[in-house]
Amino acid sequence: MPLIELAATINGVRIDDDFAEAFPMHGTAIQITAATEEWAVESARKMTGFATSVIACGCEGGIDHVVPASRTRDGRPGVRVLLFAMDRKSLAGQLGTRLGQCVLTAPSTACYADFCSDKEIELGSAIRYFADGFQVSKKFGDRHYWRMPVMEGEFVCEAMTGYTDEGVGGGNLLIMAANAANALKASEAAAEAMRAIEDVILPFPGGIVRSGSKLGGKYPGMMASSNDAYCPTLKGATQSKLDDDIGSVLEIVIDGLSAKAVSEAMAAGIKAICDLGPDEGALRIGAGNYGGGLGPHHFRLKELLP
Amino acid sequence: MSALTFRLKGEPDQRIDCSSLVPDHLAKRSTADIEKLPVGTTRRGLRAGDLFEISGDDASDIRFEGGSARLDRIGESMSGGSIRVSGDAGFRAGRLMRGGQLMVEGSVGDLCGSGLQGGRIRVKGDCGARLGGPDAGEMKGMGNGVIRVSGNAGERAGDRMRRGVILIDGDCAKDAASRMIAGTMIVGGRTHGAPGRLMKRGSLFLMGGAERFTATFIDAGVHDLLILTLMARELEATIGDIPFDGAPMRKISGDTAVLGLGEIYLPA
Repeated sequence: MPLIELAATINGVRIDDDFAEAFPMHGTAIQITAATEEWAVESARKMTGFATSVIACGCEGGIDHVVPASRTRDGRPGVRVLLFAMDRKSLAGQLGTRLGQCVLTAPSTACYADFCSDKEIELGSAIRYFADGFQVSKKFGDRHYWRMPVMEGEFVCEAMTGYTDEGVGGGNLLIMAANAANALKASEAAAEAMRAIEDVILPFPGGIVRSGSKLGGKYPGMMASSNDAYCPTLKGATQSKLDDDIGSVLEIVIDGLSAKAVSEAMAAGIKAICDLGPDEGALRIGAGNYGGGLGPHHFRLKELLP
Repeated sequence: MSALTFRLKGEPDQRIDCSSLVPDHLAKRSTADIEKLPVGTTRRGLRAGDLFEISGDDASDIRFEGGSARLDRIGESMSGGSIRVSGDAGFRAGRLMRGGQLMVEGSVGDLCGSGLQGGRIRVKGDCGARLGGPDAGEMKGMGNGVIRVSGNAGERAGDRMRRGVILIDGDCAKDAASRMIAGTMIVGGRTHGAPGRLMKRGSLFLMGGAERFTATFIDAGVHDLLILTLMARELEATIGDIPFDGAPMRKISGDTAVLGLGEIYLPA
């Protein structure tokens, strides 16, 4: 079959004339602070654990960035966490359970809203009854906090946080290299560059996916199955989209609070891969889509070139 | 446009009702109309023009030049704009305010900020009794907003307070925050009597200590609470210097004669 047409070759890296197809999601942002950065990150990692794909996890989540103490609400080190789901109800549900199990429980943490919007979902309000009647509502300025007595002392959590229904999930890059080591090196460089962009997360482990999927499968009930067109061992056995020189493919999935943020992150990733070059990194960059008929957001690689 | 200014012609010989001289009521009124507004409280039928020289046309920025302890109800029920009094004000200054700002450069009488629902009141001098409290027959005191008094406060400041913030930089006469329902009250100086008597919830910061507490308050020990830091940072950003900085403080719980979920904080 014909391979995907070439849009450009930059620093020896071939860029497909293709697009990433992404979907609308509801997204929110919160700030978790703690006595040390390590505890803030630990709590955030737990909270965003098992949050790689809405297909099986209920939501997608990750750490946007570490926030220095000088920029947090309470002057302690913190992290900004983003969470995405398909609708408001499931976003609020996931936020409440993860907050209650992973932030409330972590020593020294506090939690605040970190997305301004007229549209709000419950944050501390969702878990305040854990305090069994001893919860204290505190309002000053424009802020509303819940104070919950806990064995350590007191857990402070803002009552509500804003959310957007204009989030985007499923922006992606397919990173194709001669071997697995080079694919990983290029993907790591891209993920690092993308993490510098605000309002986006890379929800998979380390930001990188080795088992990209297509919709459905041959077995009944499968919502997703292996993306055989990009599996290098299936060349000849399936309608492969891989050239002869490609021996391994990794994917980076991007969720963002806006299409603009996802677009900026993809552009940063492409630049990092091109800067690394084909000898140590990727030979080719592609993007995953379903023909363009399912997701309203189309991120064309040729419009994101460095 | 220039500030709508009421220059007092002389000390009034009766109590003056200034409740109609607020931005909401004066917008779109001519000076001639304003001069005819009744402000007297006796059968003489005193009007604004009899008492004040009126100038300016910006009703969202009202000034009283030359104050008096007989100028009652200044800023009552205002919902926006600002009023500045260059001197003293009488009873009920800022009562039932819903928004905007009231600044009194002198002292005010009783019931300042009574039933306040929003906005900010700043008093540079002292204030009388029942700051932010309920008027006779009312069940709740202030329900929101911010009051700052740079001087001393009279008896029962914050009585039946429901929400909002009161900050008194000076001393407080007896029984501050009596019957407090919720909210935050901070006293920089000494508090007399038995503060917090019958408080249900709410936070009372007594930075200069208290004369005594009733036996129904319980010492809960010294605590390093994050909410103290948050309050210090956010209140400082909105109302200026406050007399605590988030350092650990001693917590007194009460009043256990009622609900017992109130908290009094003292310097550790």
